[in-house]
Amino acid sequence: MRQFSYVAAADAGSAVDLMTRTPGARYLAGGTNLVDLIREGVEQPVMLVDVTSLPLTGIEELTGGGLRIGALVRNSDLAASPLVRTRFPVVAQAVLAGASAQIRNMATTGGNLLQRTRCGYFYDLAAACNKREPGTGCAALGGGFNRMHAVLGASDSCIAVHPSDLAVALAALDAVVEVAGPDGARRITLADLYRSPADAPDRETVLQPADLITAVEIPGLPEAANSQYRKVRDRASYAFALVSVAAVLRVEDGQVACVRLALGGVAPRPWRAHLTERELLGRPATEDSFRAAAEAELAPATPREHNAFKPELARRTIVAALRRLTTQTGAS
Amino acid sequence: MPVPAGDTIDIVLVVNGTARVLPVEARVSLLDALREHTGLTGTKKGCNQGACGACTVLVDGRRMVSCLGLAVQYSGREITTIEGLSAGGTPHPLQAAFIRHDGFQCGYCTPGQICSAVGMLAEHRAGSASAVTADAAASPSLSDSEIRERMSGNLCRCAAYNGIVDAIREVADSQVQRSDGPVRR
Repeated sequence: MRQFSYVAAADAGSAVDLMTRTPGARYLAGGTNLVDLIREGVEQPVMLVDVTSLPLTGIEELTGGGLRIGALVRNSDLAASPLVRTRFPVVAQAVLAGASAQIRNMATTGGNLLQRTRCGYFYDLAAACNKREPGTGCAALGGGFNRMHAVLGASDSCIAVHPSDLAVALAALDAVVEVAGPDGARRITLADLYRSPADAPDRETVLQPADLITAVEIPGLPEAANSQYRKVRDRASYAFALVSVAAVLRVEDGQVACVRLALGGVAPRPWRAHLTERELLGRPATEDSFRAAAEAELAPATPREHNAFKPELARRTIVAALRRLTTQTGAS
Repeated sequence: MPVPAGDTIDIVLVVNGTARVLPVEARVSLLDALREHTGLTGTKKGCNQGACGACTVLVDGRRMVSCLGLAVQYSGREITTIEGLSAGGTPHPLQAAFIRHDGFQCGYCTPGQICSAVGMLAEHRAGSASAVTADAAASPSLSDSEIRERMSGNLCRCAAYNGIVDAIREVADSQVQRSDGPVRR
């Protein structure tokens, strides 16, 4: 592994100051993605600013039923929190669907959101990759294997998908990220956090290098007690999603009264399915409506050579998640 | 002040109850610190990228993959490796059960499997759910599918999985009996 300088940050302010003054430095939290990328030579930070001893490990209740989750809450603690499990089961399920138990014990909430959007070619130093080395091309688009890649929201420069399961659940729940930066604290909705790859896939979020996520807020949503994360993958466990769905549903008198839906494994970012939501609201909670609403979201999909199955898999997974939530409420 | 690249940092590595002061560079993984600096080679290096679980150790009782942690991040924490599980020459119940149920062939993944199983049983006792738990708010009993899901971070290329599940099941059941009386699943 290449050498880097190292500091254990004592507080958020000094961490931000140091990062602001040190081009090429990176924050280090659980390390489950960054340490791996440094070892492979994909990331080459000159300094690591270790934030793991900052006091950002609490889960607080907000008025209105929401939760404020410290950026350093470990994935396993997030999934084990009784507040999360009862109010936002989709969040607990999404976390438990990701990585392995060992990695969930290390990885943090903020780090999970900022893990790199990536594919195998990003890791392969011999392959062209606009994300790793801007302007070098894209091996996944240039005749490479692109089974895992995006079918929505990608660009001609990069078709890698954001691999976080948690981010998909948070996208469905309108979560807000709290950030400490050189100019003070600010709040960014999860929808605004991730950039489209466009012609700069090396920049995945709107954050500047010195910006530090300090917390994630999930606004109160009573309907989220009836929610589900459904993940389809090549192996039964410990694999990235081919397609995943985070869904919240409330059915009243047979009609869809509230629906939230986001997709994973299909785009360079967690993909909020606004078209499906718009299509479904006020419609009968039936298989036909679910299917039609899923069609609307996937209509603009652009499959690549090896992932033509993804749009149909996404449609079916949306329908399956909504069907399950309809049965669960017993309201249909 | 940042420690310059290439300089060593004195860390206190507390392994199996013994504290050692070790000078390590910041880039040294916890796994390499254990194997190369303390000579405790029970913890294995498999993939060295977090995928196989061979390097699983317990930190403050929680299982993690030591290849993805930097040793400097674990200074002062209570680390338990496979060498620390037996008591005075008596194997840990999981070690004995792995032998009884043929929970291995070549044995390379076994220290990680056993450390992982110790951590997994503690997580289950604390009421954690898993990806195969139907109700995220429920504390499920430890069915075979629960064991398999919870152990999915440990690969065994000899595919001794059936024996591994049997070994863990036996210890889990005996713990239930000890704590709750003769309860059968």
